[in-house]
Amino acid sequence: METILEMCNITKVFPGVKALNNVNLNVRKGEIHALVGENGAGKSTLMKVLSGVYPHGSYEGEIFYNGQEQHFRGISDSEKQGIIIIHQELALVPLLSIAENIFLGNEPAKFGIIDWHVAENRTRELLAKVGLKEDPLTLITNLGVGKQQLVEIAKALSKDVELLILDEPTASLNEKDSDALLDLLLEFKAHGISSILISHKLNEVGKVADRITVLRDGATIETLDKQDISEDRIVTSMVGRQLADRFPQREPDIGEVVFEVKDWVVHHHIHSERTVINGINLNVRKGEVVGIAGLMGAGRTEFAMSVFGKAYGRNISGEVFINGRKVDVSTIGKAIDNGIAYVTEDRKTYGLNLIDHIKHNATIANLEGVSHNGVLDDMAELKVANEYRRKTNIRSSSIYQRTGNLSGGNQQKVVLSKWLFANPDLLILDEPTRGIDVGAKYEIYTIINQLVSEGKSVLMISSEMPELLGVCDRIYVMNQGRLVGEMPASEASQEKIMRAIIRAEGKAS
Amino acid sequence: MTVETAATQGKKDFKTDGSALKGNYREYGLVLALILIMLFFQYTTSGVLFKPVNLTNLVLQNSYIIIMALGMLLVIVAGHIDLSVGSVSGFIGGLAAVMMVRWQIHYIPATILCLIMGGAIGAAQGYWIAYHKIPSFIVTLAGMLVFRGLALWLLGGQSVGPFPPQFQLLSSGFIPDFFGYPGFNVTSMLVGIILVALMIYFSVRGRAKREKHGYQGEPFALFVAKNLIIAGIVLFLTYLLSSYKGLPNVLIVMSLLIALFVFVTKRMTVGRRIYAMGGNEKAAKLSGIKTERLTFLTFVNMGVLAALAGLIFAARLNTATPKAGLGFELDVIAAVFIGGASAMGGVGQVMGAVIGAFIMGVMNNGMSIMGVNIDWQQVIKGLVLLAAVIFDVYNKNKA
Ligand SMILES: Nc1ncnc2c1ncn2[C@@H]1O[C@H](COP(=O)(O)OP(=O)(O)OP(=O)(O)O)[C@@H](O)[C@H]1O
Ligand SMILES: [Mg+2]
Repeated sequence: METILEMCNITKVFPGVKALNNVNLNVRKGEIHALVGENGAGKSTLMKVLSGVYPHGSYEGEIFYNGQEQHFRGISDSEKQGIIIIHQELALVPLLSIAENIFLGNEPAKFGIIDWHVAENRTRELLAKVGLKEDPLTLITNLGVGKQQLVEIAKALSKDVELLILDEPTASLNEKDSDALLDLLLEFKAHGISSILISHKLNEVGKVADRITVLRDGATIETLDKQDISEDRIVTSMVGRQLADRFPQREPDIGEVVFEVKDWVVHHHIHSERTVINGINLNVRKGEVVGIAGLMGAGRTEFAMSVFGKAYGRNISGEVFINGRKVDVSTIGKAIDNGIAYVTEDRKTYGLNLIDHIKHNATIANLEGVSHNGVLDDMAELKVANEYRRKTNIRSSSIYQRTGNLSGGNQQKVVLSKWLFANPDLLILDEPTRGIDVGAKYEIYTIINQLVSEGKSVLMISSEMPELLGVCDRIYVMNQGRLVGEMPASEASQEKIMRAIIRAEGKAS
Repeated sequence: MTVETAATQGKKDFKTDGSALKGNYREYGLVLALILIMLFFQYTTSGVLFKPVNLTNLVLQNSYIIIMALGMLLVIVAGHIDLSVGSVSGFIGGLAAVMMVRWQIHYIPATILCLIMGGAIGAAQGYWIAYHKIPSFIVTLAGMLVFRGLALWLLGGQSVGPFPPQFQLLSSGFIPDFFGYPGFNVTSMLVGIILVALMIYFSVRGRAKREKHGYQGEPFALFVAKNLIIAGIVLFLTYLLSSYKGLPNVLIVMSLLIALFVFVTKRMTVGRRIYAMGGNEKAAKLSGIKTERLTFLTFVNMGVLAALAGLIFAARLNTATPKAGLGFELDVIAAVFIGGASAMGGVGQVMGAVIGAFIMGVMNNGMSIMGVNIDWQQVIKGLVLLAAVIFDVYNKNKA
């Protein structure tokens, strides 16, 4: 088959870090080529080199596209050639409509006057192609992440794409939406469009990829053909050793109920007449890992944030008990003082100060732990930061690397470190392994196990059911702001969880 | 990717200390710029700049800008701006005059009342900004108009003075000399020497502490050079000042405040929280930081400092005029940005702002001595501000 893209000996250096070291990548015309590797392996960086985000001259090596050497000076150069990248972090303007976003910077216009009629019609066509049934005039804020992802793809299609790059497109999608997206890629393939897919979800990589290139520590390890693709094979190549289990073992040692929520009701933060959480009762025991399953938009994040010092919602009612005692969690400070911590699913908006380094981010939720009478103890802070960097295995040049420059997965680990250091009794984890590689997932599960073995409790929200099944002791199922099921993990299965959801959906409609 | 493993990281602390080192380089660069600018004016004014009299004047002229820059730095790091400080300082100056001159209130309670009033003004503005999320630009723009108007009203459009002599000492006084050596203030020199000794003691102790814990500081040569240069400059300036009338009282006040704010921003949890809030308010809030209260307090602090600046300015002119403080906010804000703060919040250093203020001050002073017209002075100052910020942005993009 014909080669469409060839990247040769790409080396990219950031101050203090060699992110890419003589990387080679070869993509054939019309194939789906997966790019996998641990957090910080250099996947996103490689794609940014390819798409001109890092312009020619800021890296070493050559890029051949359709047989010709390319010197992209910016994204517009690569887009002209049909290379379209959808970044790890979505880049849509929330308060503009779908149509406005799709044609942003590329508006169909005569003499500078935008022809919205044309734009809307073309948007409608594009949305049909990606299978999104929404009005072109709908604002982006009103769409879930899954649909936003589809808008991004529609936007790519509007630009005559030849090579589509997707950087972890399914990280925040549920299974259904992920499948829809992957089907779309297969359809594009049938139309001769090549794609590069970056993902930590190896099962889906196995499903759609024709070939897989594995990166490790900024270097190409190998490229596997379809027939050689098996999850274990990929994992071994990624982490450089065999990974026997996906989930570390734990002997559950479960005690009394330590945390209990009663009749929790939350209203939408803007449309206060809308009920988002509708009478939730749940409890977590000492030493227990409790999961909350559910589809995207089930209200799990809203529930967790509303419990965590009313960080979300309005007109919140209900009671929270800790060790049987009713507690006041009406502000975040009080929630933290009562031993609750919430690890956000949205690390960039709610988790990190991106312009500051790891050290300062790691201690900010518990400055008391590194200070006396309001005066910081620099040495203590250094020690803590280094300790947690090691514990959560953050890959960075040092604790002084800006978190904004970390790879997505490593940013996640910084957020986790911050809350581990706050030493909570109840740790609420919201999609804790989103965008995290297999090896690091294992490490995070190990940390969870360690926490509960110390007598702490964990409440974990996750859209990855295997993860819930593998880590939790008990699982609640949430749907449309209500709990619609509860089961011990030993009796739970994906089917049972889905059945609970479907049954509830049936009742609701 | 050559990331060293966690186990070996300890010793390499400084070398891989990318951001911190860069921050230091920026501060060194600023000091260098200040020195170059001073030498330039020393040359073009044929040596007038470093004359003890002029140096003393330089301190007196800029003290109130620097004092306000301390508060403004916190405001800007927190992600806000305060346009009202010039008007507030003018208003407080007027209030002091009315209290001390017209109502004959003793200068000590009057001063305290004025500072409290400044805090109250800051609180009034901070309340809307912090708890009602009204943009600080708008609230303080309103404050700028309101307090300029109130100053006019209070003084009835006239100048009020003179102040009691003890109050004037705030600006025109010098620390007393116990030795009486003619033409040289020995006490001042001693204070300078003690200060330098303390400074060296603390920096050596800090370094030793780092090394004891297995963290390497900056290279030894750099460490020594830095301390020697700073000590040299401080001693030299103290010597010059001592050979005139000694250290001005206001310099002492100012130095103490600078030291306090450096300490607060670098070593205290409150300071750290302000940076965290300026960097990402939502994340700071979710980390348990009471962002509203913190914002409110930064404005209260700004109000108190604006009031202090107003008092110093009034004491220096020995009269309160309705126009006092006009345009100060611009010099103050410019000083903070020249000092490397970011308009987006979360970035900025106290020493940067202080040096920035001195850069502005030396340029004002030097150009005035040279006889550069006030119109061109403005043009040049504007361009320097722009150049400094462009330099910062350019550096950031390159990294
Ligand atoms: N602007 C930057 N400055 C300094 N270092 C950077 C910068 N961008 C990336 N890096 C470093 O380069 C390395 C590779 O990062 P990259 O984002 O490509 O990883 P990734 O493979 O996409 O990981 P993930 O799966 O977590 O998204 C990381 O160690 C990261 O810290
Ligand atoms: Mg990435």
